[in-house]
Formats: sequence, structure tokens, C-alpha cells
Amino acid sequence: MPRKSRKSPAAATPLVLAPRENTDAHHIALAPENRRLNFGDRWPYAPAPESAPVTIQPRYELFIGGKFVAPKAGKYFASHNPATEKKLADIAQADQADVEAAVSSARRAYDKVWGKMPGRERGKYLYRIARLIQEKSRQLAIVETMDGGKTIKESRDVDLPLVAAHFFYHAGWADKLQYAFPGRTPRPLGVCGQIIPWNFPLLMAAWKLAPALACGNTCVLKPAETTSISAMHLAEIFQEAGLPDGVVNIVTGAGETGRALVEHPDVNKIAFTGSTDVGKRIAKTLAGTDKKLTLELGGKAANIVFDDAPLDQAVEGIIGGIYFNQGHVCCAGSRLLVQEGVYPEVIRKLRDRIATLRVGDPLDKNTDIGAINSREQLNRIEELVQSGIDEGAELVQAPCKLPSKGYWYPPSFFLGVTASHRIAQEEIFGPVLSTMTFRTPEEGFERANNTPYGLSAGVWTDKGSKIFKMVGKLRAGVVWANTFNKFDPTSPFGGYKESGFGREGGLQGLGAYLKLS
Amino acid sequence: MSSPAAALPAGFAALREHVPTVDQVMVEERAAAFTKRSIKTDSKLAGLKLAISMMDLTTLEGQDTPGKVAYLCRKAIRPAEARFDVPSCAAVCVYPNLVRAAKMFVGNSGVHVAAVATAFPSGQMPLPVKLEDTRRACEEGADEIDMVIDRGAFLGGDYVKVSDEISAVKEVCGPIHLKVILETGELVTYDNVRLASEIAMRAGGDFIKTSTGKVTPAATMPVTLVMLEAIRDYFYATGIRIGMKPAGGIKTAKQALAYLVMVKETMGDDWLTPDLFRFGASTLANDVLMQIAKAIDGNYQSADYFSMP
Repeated sequence: MPRKSRKSPAAATPLVLAPRENTDAHHIALAPENRRLNFGDRWPYAPAPESAPVTIQPRYELFIGGKFVAPKAGKYFASHNPATEKKLADIAQADQADVEAAVSSARRAYDKVWGKMPGRERGKYLYRIARLIQEKSRQLAIVETMDGGKTIKESRDVDLPLVAAHFFYHAGWADKLQYAFPGRTPRPLGVCGQIIPWNFPLLMAAWKLAPALACGNTCVLKPAETTSISAMHLAEIFQEAGLPDGVVNIVTGAGETGRALVEHPDVNKIAFTGSTDVGKRIAKTLAGTDKKLTLELGGKAANIVFDDAPLDQAVEGIIGGIYFNQGHVCCAGSRLLVQEGVYPEVIRKLRDRIATLRVGDPLDKNTDIGAINSREQLNRIEELVQSGIDEGAELVQAPCKLPSKGYWYPPSFFLGVTASHRIAQEEIFGPVLSTMTFRTPEEGFERANNTPYGLSAGVWTDKGSKIFKMVGKLRAGVVWANTFNKFDPTSPFGGYKESGFGREGGLQGLGAYLKLS
Repeated sequence: MSSPAAALPAGFAALREHVPTVDQVMVEERAAAFTKRSIKTDSKLAGLKLAISMMDLTTLEGQDTPGKVAYLCRKAIRPAEARFDVPSCAAVCVYPNLVRAAKMFVGNSGVHVAAVATAFPSGQMPLPVKLEDTRRACEEGADEIDMVIDRGAFLGGDYVKVSDEISAVKEVCGPIHLKVILETGELVTYDNVRLASEIAMRAGGDFIKTSTGKVTPAATMPVTLVMLEAIRDYFYATGIRIGMKPAGGIKTAKQALAYLVMVKETMGDDWLTPDLFRFGASTLANDVLMQIAKAIDGNYQSADYFSMP
């Protein structure tokens, strides 16, 4: 079969060979140093770009009172595609006056319409929104990928289905709240200020808005400044669904906009997802007020692999746990704890596995790892990786070519990490894993708990009793057993310690948006 | 008299503990992920031709005759018209009675003749009968032998019997390539598939193969993945490369490409060869050829434009 000539010597042999007369060469045992798998380019995948048409507007305004309105001060900032560094759109910058307008619009909608509306009617709107999200999910996924750098595979197969699922799930609760809390009278809180991060822009918006609306609250949402665009497309869906004006208001901007929202006296509840530093500042601001608060902050989750674990599947869980969404996941399994006896085997499998990860154009359907969200985040990853090297850990990186434009980081892991390394303590929020060992189950959970955070953890073992023992000892809001990074609207999510407080999803998540008497 | 367990060699008594376990949910999730790869344009065409070169065209029916085998052999040598530039298939796979005819029809084309043996498909015969079956197939000129393991012995826990039979058959085969059929549809659990794979490789199989094609389910992606992972671990441990043959149930070009994606991303480039990966199939070839013709000519043609095997 004729093929184009290639430079690499490995590719010099044609792809299709006739069966050789003597294939016994495979039965000659290779020396240990030659027992390597060769993940080369013998059968390369052609580019497979997602090509559905989407319209990104040159400018996005604020969404207040059911209308798109220009910011009062007339200021805008640019939002970039992190995979190309090209400007995508101008985003309105909301100041205190705009936040004031958004909150009073939300208050009006709460007093006049939404707060009084029967749950059954609220549910209808939420179902309608959920269906519209499903209908437009392909376009929304592309917007999410272009603005945030995450792979289309992820936004299409994970984020958007979960966004719709959250609206569907909470739509079902809207008229059944008294059954969720038997013997108690649930009442909405009022106006909720919701501040979300850049790692899952639409999904975090859904986590915040869907339960709040189902419970009869109205919202002012502030997306992260690097990923505002998909929230504005969600606003169009709210308009199309006929959601009454002012029930959801969206104010875009940076930290100052968030601060104005947090400090606003007429807000009844703040829900924040983001860094622990900002979370602490919000908690200080709200101390002494009667505003309710839930915080979902950072994490440094341990993925604990026992020697009786299904190792090949554990490796898949480790890979998904740390490289999913470029490691921009607060519950990422960023500390790998492996029982000493199987550590070399797990590391060998990890080395081979990261060689098959495809880094590059997030819009290519075959890309596994997309772009780092911003230059600032890339700098932080590089700084922490350098600290790991300086402190004597050994860095292993996949041998992949990175695009010349855009922000990228190859899938990486560290060997020889101890609990005293910064890379074992601080959240890197990138595709970088710190690997460590333990000897007994007791040491396993002690090391896993030895962190200021407590958002999630993973346990890998073939023994059910060991799973239950570990789950009882781990101080983390979510513990996954023989899997990782599984999300469902019925399951509450939230943290211990510096990972925050309050739960989102499930019954517990509903309770965070209700007064129960 | 010592009990049967006490008579086991020490290595085998502890085998079950040393064979890794498999998690059903995660292995099925991983296998499904390979089907999400989008294989387009040049890579699609190259992959489809590679799939043809890996095919063992198979007929294993009571009604097989030399006439039917002639159809199969011509198809294997020249699967499609010359302008499509399609390679020959790797082998034809027949019952021992038809090996001689098959050898004659394939001639010196390079297409191998594989014979099923060892009381295929059940394997429920005494070992001497299985060995005689194998010996005759070899004498008739088979290039490759596809044997079945004794699933009864395996499910009864007699792993030594399973292993000894494979070793005995391999001894009869000598340099002739031995594929060991696990019949995964009868082993049912992934843990069993993994253990049977280990036994087959250690006992001397050159290839491990999922199914006879007579039991449902036959080959599936997760089962093949479990077997590939066993092959990978065996390679790490010994440096020996064992081949893999999913057989039965792979009917479309799209499925074949998904299997190739799985091989590429699990085993790497070295396994992307008919020496180490085969498809056992009877109806797959023409679906793949149809897609090749579509890729080259730009439109689909009806089934009548592709010769029946």
C-alpha cells in the first residue's frame, strides 16, 4: 500500500504488512530495558475538528431585568480564547451601580412574581430551560470550549449533559419541597448572590441557579472574568424560556464586581465557588450579618490505591482524576497514594498511559487535554512545578508537542514526593500529579487526611470491607470507590475544612436555599 | 493419596492471588471511550486497509465443502478489485477436514490457513483425541492452529488441566502458531477472562482469542481490552509479545476501527500488525470494503458490487 514517506524511522515501515513467514521473532524475549511500548505515529489520527456553526457576538452586555443592558460606566474588558490567545469578545464590566441595579431587579422579581409563584409553575420554567439547554447543547459546548480551553469531548459529553441534568433534577423538586423536608415548612431565602469560577462555567452556573430557582429564590450571578460568554448564552435561553424578568440577573466583571455583590445589603445569601483565599475574605465580610453563606473552595484530594486494586482500572481513574479538564478541577485527585508493593507497577503503567494522551486543539474531537485557562494560571502551574523540582522531586512528562500559540501544559507527574513538598500541600490546579506511597490502610487514610483541604478522595481496592473502613475514616465531602470524578445532581457535593462548607446537589443542596421552620 | 490441591505445583496454587483483578464498571467505561475517537479521511482509509490485512476470513459450518472454501480463499487473496489497492487478508480459518483444500486454493499467495482443532467448539473430548485432531490438522498443512480451552475444567477450578492441555497442544504444533480460544462468553466474568489469558500465555499460546463464534456473546470491546492488558503485563514481565484475536460479533467497519484505536492506545504501534492482531470474522470484510470504496470513490455502492466470500 503506497504511503507518503515520513522522516521518523519508526514510520518508515509501511502500515500494512503481509503476514511474515516466520513470526517467531515475537517469541524471543526482549531484554528488560527493551520492554517498552511504542506509542508512535504509525497510524496517526487525522484532525477531526468540531464544525457546528456558532455565533460569538463581538460584545456582551449585562443581563439585568430580563434585558441585555450596557454597563452604566460603559467599560468593557476582553475575553480571549486560551488555545489561540485571540480575542473572542468584549465583556461588560459591571460596577457597583450595575450590581445595585441587578440586585434591585432580583428583589422586585422575588417580591412580585417568583417568590409567590406556586412550585408547580416554577418547575415548568425549569423544565423548559433544561430542554432548551439540551436542544442547544452542541452550540453551548463549542462556546464553552472556545472561551475556556476545555476539550470539546468534555464539554459535549460531560459538562452539557450535567448542566441539563441539574435543571431537570431541580425542576422535579420545585413542587415537592415540603416532602423533601417532612414536618417542616420550607420558604425561599430571597435574593441570592452567586459567584462562580472559570473551570466549569456553565456547570457551576447550573449548580447555583437550578436549586436556587427551584426553591423560589431570585439570583444575581457573577461568572468568572475569563469565562463569561457561555453564561450570556444561558441568559438568552432564559429569555427564550420566558423566565420572568429579573429572576436571574448576570453581572460580568472581575473581583470588584464580586465584592460589590457580596457586600450588597439586600442580598440574603452568598454562594461562592472558587479559591480558598477569596472564600476566607467573603466569610470575613459576611461575619456578623444575617446573610447565609455556602463556600466550595480548593482541594488536594488523595487517590488511594491498595495493592489488591484492579490496577489497570485504577490507572484509568488516576488519569481521569488528575488530567480531566487540564486538572482545573477543585476535586481533582492530585495526590496519588499507592501502597508500596505495587508502586513501581502503577508508575510504569502511568508512564505508558500519559504517552497516549493527546494535547492540543480543544475543538478537535480526539483531544484529551486542552488549553490552560489563562496565562496567569499557566504561570502558577509552572511556578509550583519548579518548586517540586527545586525540592528534589523527579518530574515525568509526556513527550508531546505543544502548539506554539496559546497556553499549554503537558500531562505530568512527580516521583519521590513527600508530605513536606509544596507540591503535596498546595493546590496546583493543573495537569500535574504528586505520587507518594503508604504501607497500611491506617497510614493511607492518615496521609490522605493530612491536608488543610477535604473536598474529595478516591479509594481503589477489590475488597468491599476495606472501602467501607476507608470511607468512614476519610475527612472529605465526596469519596469515590473504584472510580473518580463522578457527578450527579442527586448527590451532594462539598467540602470539609478549608475546602468550604455547605453542600450542592441532592436534598442537602436544596436545604442551602431554604428557610426551614 | 494426596488431595488434588496438594498435588498442584506451588506456582499454580497461588495463581489466583497473583492475577490482577478487573473492575467491571471502569473497564467497560474505558472500552467505550475508544469508540469516541473520531477517525476521518486518511487515517480512516489507512485503518480500514490495516483491518483487511488483519482478517482471518472464517467458515466453520457443518455444511462446509471445498467449493465453499474456494470462495473464501479467493476472497482472502484478493478482497477487492485492484484499483482499491487493498491488501490480502491474513488467513482463512476452517475445520481440519478442509485444510487440504484451503492450502491448495491459497497456494503461495502468502495467505495462511488456520485450522480449528481440539474438539472445537466445546473442547469436551479426552486429551489424546484433541492431540490427534491437532496433529492431523498440522499434517494436512495448517499454518496456524486455533484451539479451545477446556471451559469445564476452568470453571471447575482445575487450572492445571487447562494449562497442561494447552502445553500439550503447543508441543504437537511445534513451530506452527497456536491461538488459544478462551470462549469468554462461557467464562462470563472479566476476572475469569484475565486469569484464563494468563494461563494461556504461560502455557505456550502464541495468540489468545476471545471466542469460537458459536457462543453469544462473542468478542466485545471490554473483553478484548482485558485480554490486551494481560498481554501487556506479560510483555512487561517476560519481553515476549503475544498476539490478540477478537472473533465473532465484529460486523462493521466502524467497530473494526474502534478495535484498532484500542490496540493503538493500549499496546502501541508494535501491535498494529497482523502478526500480533487479528480479526476473526465472516461478514466484516465486505462492510470494510464498502467503506474503503466510499472513501476512494466518494459514494456508497450496493452490496452487489462486492464479491461474497
